Amino acid sequence: MSGVTATGTEKDFAYDKVETLLQEFTGKKGVTVPVLQKIQEEFGYLPRPAMEYVAKRLRIPISKIFGVATFYAQFHLHPRGRNIIRVCRGTACHVRGVSKVAEKIQEILGIGVGETTEDLNFTYEEVACIGACGLAPVMTINDKTYGKLASNKLKGILKKY
Amino acid sequence: MYERHILICAGTGCISSGTISVKDALENELKKHNLQDKVRIILSGCHGFCEKGPIFIVYPEDIFYCEVQAEDVPELVEEYLIKGNVVERLLYKDPTTDMAITSHDEIPFYSRQKRQVLRNCGVIDPESIDEYIIRGGYVGLENALKMDRMGIINEVKSSGLRGRGGAGFPTGMKWEFAYRSPGDKKYVVCNADEGDPGAFMDRSVLEGDPHAVLEGLIIAGLAIGSDEAYIYVRAEYPLAIQRLKTAITQAEEYGVLGENILNSGANFKINIKEGAGAFVCGEETALLASIEGERGMPRPRPPFPAVKGLWEKPTCINNVETLANIPLILRKGAAWYSTVGTESSKGTKIFALTGKVNNTGLCEVPMGISLREIVFDIGGGIRDGKKYKAVQIGGPSGGCIPEDLLDLPVDFDSLTAAGAMMGSGGMVVMDEDTCMVDLARYFLSFTQSESCGKCTPCREGTKRMLEILQRITKGKGEPEDIPRLEQLAAAVKDSSLCGLGQTAPNPVLTTLRYFRDEYEAHIFDRRCPAGVCKELLSYYIDSELCTGCRACVRVCPTDAISGERKEPHTIDETKCISCGACFDRCRFDAVKTK
Ligand SMILES: Cc1cc2nc3c(=O)[nH]c(=O)nc-3n(C[C@H](O)[C@H](O)[C@H](O)COP(=O)(O)O)c2cc1C
Ligand code: FES
Repeated sequence: MSGVTATGTEKDFAYDKVETLLQEFTGKKGVTVPVLQKIQEEFGYLPRPAMEYVAKRLRIPISKIFGVATFYAQFHLHPRGRNIIRVCRGTACHVRGVSKVAEKIQEILGIGVGETTEDLNFTYEEVACIGACGLAPVMTINDKTYGKLASNKLKGILKKY
Repeated sequence: MYERHILICAGTGCISSGTISVKDALENELKKHNLQDKVRIILSGCHGFCEKGPIFIVYPEDIFYCEVQAEDVPELVEEYLIKGNVVERLLYKDPTTDMAITSHDEIPFYSRQKRQVLRNCGVIDPESIDEYIIRGGYVGLENALKMDRMGIINEVKSSGLRGRGGAGFPTGMKWEFAYRSPGDKKYVVCNADEGDPGAFMDRSVLEGDPHAVLEGLIIAGLAIGSDEAYIYVRAEYPLAIQRLKTAITQAEEYGVLGENILNSGANFKINIKEGAGAFVCGEETALLASIEGERGMPRPRPPFPAVKGLWEKPTCINNVETLANIPLILRKGAAWYSTVGTESSKGTKIFALTGKVNNTGLCEVPMGISLREIVFDIGGGIRDGKKYKAVQIGGPSGGCIPEDLLDLPVDFDSLTAAGAMMGSGGMVVMDEDTCMVDLARYFLSFTQSESCGKCTPCREGTKRMLEILQRITKGKGEPEDIPRLEQLAAAVKDSSLCGLGQTAPNPVLTTLRYFRDEYEAHIFDRRCPAGVCKELLSYYIDSELCTGCRACVRVCPTDAISGERKEPHTIDETKCISCGACFDRCRFDAVKTK
């Protein structure tokens, strides 16, 4: 249950936070993407009430906001884990066998691409090129990059989180 | 006065290999020996040799240490900085001769390059405008301010510079279109979206020499008569964004950016926009839609952005590397610039050399160099003594180049003739263990999922092609699949709205052109010659290596493996479903594929 009422508002949602974020954008053009980026920075994902609020305040149809939010890989509509694992599926990593690594992590965590573990500890994602191809295969966990991966190194790395 | 400078590479590759802990250890160690006033530590941009990071160079002697870790630092300080004994074990060793090399100019990876655009990367502190200026920075801008608009444009035109973002459109001509378009407000946009998976040239330039890009942008603005620019950077590049922001602030303080640049009366403002992860946004019209806050979907051209671009105003869009070439041209002149390169492609090109080569990293080479020199001299040949199969140039829009075309000169036109394209500069080397059908499937799955869905040929066509390729790699290919692929490829290429769809079939077409036998082996013999496609492999146990531990017997889902404890096991091929579980499980590498 999302708790969204017929009017599209939710009582205990932190609308004031969204309002504060919107301040620096008033009167500017082309702000949809940066506004959504700010909201995601604040909440970790895009809560529906926040998008509805933005739609009203900026006088943009909600369908359009939703269209933008679902177009870009960067935006998430559901809460995510504390630790974000991003495995690179770029060409250099592909050629150096990242598929096995990707399969192994999913097996260890028991989740698929874009999913989050039940304890909210990990979210597993796949991205195209992290820009560290020299170290392929590569993944990042939060801001830390792990290169030259092999399936047998993974358990040790994941244990640290 | 410092006696020595130590440059530690702080590009993304080296940082993930441990640059920061090396720097912290060095600071501590210098303090311990009371050397902090004699030795200066500089965190530099990418040196290109990411494979061997962290890179650690000591000047003025120019001693090149690589793969330095924090634990090595006490020894480096004690033995080298204090006693003057070179620490041999941390030097680069030539893989062919096994000889240690002390200076980086002597390492083949560097000596074959021509580092013009990357001249500052790894040499200066990217967060210091002074260091950029000492090395000739912003002289190009000063020169440009003395010229009129057509003067600048003509200089760029006669340099022969062509866009480095993919299509190779002549830059001077693009500027002239934007200049001649009527309009009171015009924009310049720097395309730093770098969507090709497997390429990181633009990232390294932005991280290692951000002022070069700014200077290029400002000059472009002067030329077309624009006072505002956007840099569209991937959000996946946080370090590049931070360095750009620092550089913009410094440039404003020094008066080369902002109001009344160097007292010329010209104004220029630079905004940064973070991309949000969509390959198609690298396409210029989609990029503009994205800056405007819309879904990044391409628009039909014409009208071209030079006529109707950002917010319907004339807009000039250039790639990062293109812009980084501009200061050089304005400083040293078109005549100087055009001495390097071939008839139709002038200057240098930066490639991200990755995959199965010994030396992966970033290299800048003169146009016209042969692929063989890049892969075998700079790249040091194929890893683990394997055999070269092909190199993929131009990412998902490009194509593969087989062994008999290795002597092809690398320039825009010859690559296009071979069915590949220059693209932005990704160069992924493949060896005998790479399956070309699987590779084509990989690229198609990328373009298919990145297709924005606006036009039907790209949205549906790439999907159907992908289904066929998936079928072939699963051993379910049909004899008509090859002609079907060719027919679909032609239709998608001809009728898609933007460059994404128009180039998406290239990897399929080139692999079909040069490696048709691999497709046929998959379809007719149900065999994957490279041993990659799981469903097509057959497994057997090497009785010499098998210890009879029964580990594989326990994981086999179909009970296909039999044998007594401590006796070699065997696989019953009629029961085996080629899942590979035994292969992954075996600790003695006794399970083999054929
Ligand atoms: C699907 C697609 C993706 C593209 N991605 C990029 C990119 O990541 N970076 C880039 O500079 N150009 C990219 N381009 C090319 C741009 O549309 C445009 O041609 C280029 O930015 C122009 O700059 P240049 O003339 O300096 O090369 C892409 C084109 C297409 C069709
Ligand atoms: S392809 Fe994986 S980091 Fe570039």
